[in-house]
Amino acid sequence: MSKAVSVLNGTRFSGLATVEDAGLQGMITLRGDLGSKALKAAVKAATGAEVPAQGSISVAENGAAAWMSPDELLLLVPFEDAVAKTADVAEALKGEHALAVNVSDARAFFRLSGEGAREVLGKVSPVDFDAAAFKPGQFRRSRLAQVAGAFWLNEDGSFYIVCFRSVGEYVFKLLSAGAHPQSKVGVY
Amino acid sequence: MLILECPYCGVKAEETELAAGGEAHLKRYGPGSSDDEFHDYLFMRENPKGVHFERWRHANGCGKWFHAARCTMTLEVFGTYTAQTSVPTQEILDKIAAKRPGWTWREFADGKK
Repeated sequence: MSKAVSVLNGTRFSGLATVEDAGLQGMITLRGDLGSKALKAAVKAATGAEVPAQGSISVAENGAAAWMSPDELLLLVPFEDAVAKTADVAEALKGEHALAVNVSDARAFFRLSGEGAREVLGKVSPVDFDAAAFKPGQFRRSRLAQVAGAFWLNEDGSFYIVCFRSVGEYVFKLLSAGAHPQSKVGVY
Repeated sequence: MLILECPYCGVKAEETELAAGGEAHLKRYGPGSSDDEFHDYLFMRENPKGVHFERWRHANGCGKWFHAARCTMTLEVFGTYTAQTSVPTQEILDKIAAKRPGWTWREFADGKK
């Protein structure tokens, strides 16, 4: 089998904030009734995390579950385990009105860290990034300039950003331009 | 800038995160209807100065369709509500009645259910 490579293979840019390709990340899209017991158990088994509350992400040691919409979750698992875990989740939800798909290869994954992280993301997304409004653990699907993207804030003040792989290079260049050392606005 | 709260994910989304879906609560006239009914269903739309009901989609977000009631003149938003309904919810109607006494829009009007 050919060797899997993330969209920009670990490229990194440092300016107001550090933008880096966060490497390969297993991602499973799961649609179904988020209130159902079988689904909660399947999510727990696959990621170790609970089903998250609206607009948030629940992180466990070796995985996470993010709230995408009232009937959709994004499960984060180690890249090598994505295929097997997708099958496990599908098996556990047999008979339920649910669908699990491995989308790992269809996504790009970035990390945005440093002092200016809120500001850099604020330049490209119509979201309030004030410290009082956007807190660690919050997960938001929105827009990154011209393309769809999702992001969440970690306890250490860094963001993880998920977008389609086809626009991965665009998003990296976008964030890098936003993190240009001479482009400080200083709002957050 | 129009800001609508998505009733499905609770996000206060601004216009660029949404996609407009045209007039709300249209009744479809398909096969078996008269030519006039079909014509009106296809082409006749409200163009009010004041209270208006629209469909919106949280396109760069949860992807769900929802309804919004707003004023086209002042851009005041009366509220957003589920897409799983063919008439505005009572809560929304009450809110509009409180702010725009005597309003009318298609078959809906102040004090009418």
